[in-house]
Amino acid sequence: MSEIASPEIGAKTQCHHCGDSCKSGVITVEEKDFCCHGCKTVYEILSEHQLDGYYELEKSPGLSRKGDDHTQYDFLENETIRKGLLEFASAQYEKVTFTIPAIHCSSCIWLLENLERLHEGVIDAKVDFTNKKASVHYQPELLSLRQLAELLHRIGYAPQISLDEDQGPRQKKSYDHKLITKIGIAGFCFGNVMLLSFPDYLGLTGIEQTYQNFFRYLNALLAVPVVFYAGADYFVSAFKGLRQRYANIDVPIALGVSVLFLRSTYEVFAGIGPGYFDSLVGLIFFLLIGKWFQNKTYGSLSFDRDYKSYFPLAILKEVEGSMKPTPVAELHKGDEVAIRNNEIIPADAILTDEEASIDYSFITGESEPVIQKRGDYIYAGGRLNGAMKHMVVQKEVSQSYLTRLWNDEAFQKEEQGTSMVDRLSKYFTIVIISIAVLSAIIWQFVNPDKTWLVFTAVLIVACPCALALVTPFTTGNIMRVFGRNKFYLKNAAAVEKFSEIDTLVFDKTGTITRTDNRSLEFVGDDLSSAEQRLVQSAVAGSTHPLSRLVYEHIDETDAMIEPDLFHEVAGKGIEAVVFGTALRLGSASFVGSQQKQDPTESRVYVKIGEQQRGYYRIQSAYREGIEDCVHALSGEYKLAVLSGDNASEELALRSFFPLGALMAFEQNPEDKLQMIRKMQRDGRSVVMLGDGLNDAGALKQSDIGIAVTDDIGTFSPASDAILEAGELSRLDDLLRLGKSSKRVIRASFVLSFLYNFVGISLAVAGVFTPLMAAILMPLSSVSIVIFTTISVRFLAKKFKL
Amino acid sequence: MSVILILIIASIVVACVFLGAFFWAVKSGQYDDTYSPSVRMLFEDKKPGKPSKGPKNDQ
Repeated sequence: MSEIASPEIGAKTQCHHCGDSCKSGVITVEEKDFCCHGCKTVYEILSEHQLDGYYELEKSPGLSRKGDDHTQYDFLENETIRKGLLEFASAQYEKVTFTIPAIHCSSCIWLLENLERLHEGVIDAKVDFTNKKASVHYQPELLSLRQLAELLHRIGYAPQISLDEDQGPRQKKSYDHKLITKIGIAGFCFGNVMLLSFPDYLGLTGIEQTYQNFFRYLNALLAVPVVFYAGADYFVSAFKGLRQRYANIDVPIALGVSVLFLRSTYEVFAGIGPGYFDSLVGLIFFLLIGKWFQNKTYGSLSFDRDYKSYFPLAILKEVEGSMKPTPVAELHKGDEVAIRNNEIIPADAILTDEEASIDYSFITGESEPVIQKRGDYIYAGGRLNGAMKHMVVQKEVSQSYLTRLWNDEAFQKEEQGTSMVDRLSKYFTIVIISIAVLSAIIWQFVNPDKTWLVFTAVLIVACPCALALVTPFTTGNIMRVFGRNKFYLKNAAAVEKFSEIDTLVFDKTGTITRTDNRSLEFVGDDLSSAEQRLVQSAVAGSTHPLSRLVYEHIDETDAMIEPDLFHEVAGKGIEAVVFGTALRLGSASFVGSQQKQDPTESRVYVKIGEQQRGYYRIQSAYREGIEDCVHALSGEYKLAVLSGDNASEELALRSFFPLGALMAFEQNPEDKLQMIRKMQRDGRSVVMLGDGLNDAGALKQSDIGIAVTDDIGTFSPASDAILEAGELSRLDDLLRLGKSSKRVIRASFVLSFLYNFVGISLAVAGVFTPLMAAILMPLSSVSIVIFTTISVRFLAKKFKL
Repeated sequence: MSVILILIIASIVVACVFLGAFFWAVKSGQYDDTYSPSVRMLFEDKKPGKPSKGPKNDQ
């Protein structure tokens, strides 16, 4: 590691590839600084192929390669999987579309579309930025699908491959197309109807009768596709709502639209007046724009991943004496499979090799790997550490422990219409209909001729177009602000829940601490390189997690020396003689050190020969800014920590958590879920922040589940929101903005009710004219949009988001 | 007098042609990705070291 400069310089240096500050040392190549070998490698590949342009378009365009997983792509050689992925296949030419979550800037587009310069087998590549996809045409003779995936992985654009994904985006696409088409039709008709209504607005029609009728008929004609095609969804939704005896916001809208259409048609064909076609068409146009805006902010993130997306797509299975990649779904009881280093075990299985170290942090949160012996039952979801191991599948994927957990009722929970609009719309519909009926009855006595006019006018003017726009635009704008701060809300309804939140529950591993879990440093007299090698040789034979950490920490590439003598005392340490030197590694008492053990950290003391040399300090690395974040939050919320880990860090956590914060350790996923449930029964509204699958139940059960992740777009359990781990320190501001959204929604409701009040008063008084409708209705919609947008921007600025 | 009727009908027919063009644009996927074409047109035309296969699909 001769390239490594001192870490002090590193703290200020930014990585040329990914832009991260190089905290753990800088690697300098060709006068460019890199934070890790992964970034350096990408740079070298690119510059070798004269693709330096990647770094010119945007500054530090890459994504960090630290903590890179070693994804295997050999399953892409399996015929079933290959066929499922390829869009077109012939002997000379194949086409595949990969989802690549790493696509995020113009440099990405440039690099991926110049992929043919990296490998001659690539014919052409095209990026779909919005959907984070890349379509690649390539020659299978020169480049196999697996090699293509590996090539992309090497340059930092690992494709995310999942088979069931195929149908999803295509459906979404056709839905998007339909909505845009509808907006197009509504907009087209809106423009024309407005134009043709001008003579009526200006009162010119009296002069030339022929035109008047022609214009009016034309308006009626133009309104037909808008009502029956563009606005059809509102009728369908209202009908569905009513069938479930539930008046959603679409019920009054559908009512208003149909009354508008019927009365206008009647007026025009009976020759009474111009009707309200302009208002009708404009209303549907605005509503559709609101819908489009809502869809757009939901963005291209896919959140709802089930357990399957955590599992490898394929696993090595023994078929007729050799190991072949097989799709996970085709695994059956009794199959012998081989799991490689860092692979996740997809189904409950029994180990047939001597010993294996399984990391269950993913499901239990326990960060120390568990040593399993031959014949032990291994649960799906564990990750294998170390060399390849063989096991025999005991249950099919769909019946394993994890899958059952996933099927817990918390996951089945239906989202009920609990948003403010939905609650209001129930009363709204009733009130509107009563007002209409009441005023009709009164007019029956005053002036029976006007009864129908008033009745329909009330229903028309009460159509809650503005009301329907309040939520999409408020939540949409808030979600955009959140998105800018790398906090991605999936569930729009969650925005309204922020104001009720009074409890925050943190998971420890991966949420408060970093996923690349532990920092290790040597405290004491520095060990020489030769001494480090002695220590490394001594710990090499031990399977204790701490030994493994020390082993990995020492960066010696020379071959190990076989210890002359090796003795491990369980729970104490290692005694070894390496190259004639006696070594003792382990707890203070074992080594004979006088120093006191600090409860907040694990230490491995080192004694070489007769000399105490110091100790390795192993600490869970807390995320940057977590302490400030906890301080800022502790005033407003009750805080709690639920951890799958043991209580060894309780003291360290207590040092920055407020007094009386609930802390529970050794919680399995079920415990966490129950704990959240219990808090909710006590009347609290809970935000759960967690990362792995072990928090999935709790995330789903909580009122707002926030998945904290280092890498948006990869692993994240089903949740209401995703927060990039780096932004955790800004959580207090984000929550405050979320909280204030309710005020914006309330204020907008007041505003839109004000319009309704004016309109209804005019309607009840019997003086409502089409011209008033044409002014009042668009005005209310537009002003709601402007009001919500401006107030959210103002709030975001106030909270510096 | 009837010239206005003819003009209006003609204008609506012309507008319908554009509406049809819009439908075609939606269908052919021009609204799927509104970001990358704007960036793509700024890239250098063709890359050295590879035989040119004619202009790319960037119109």
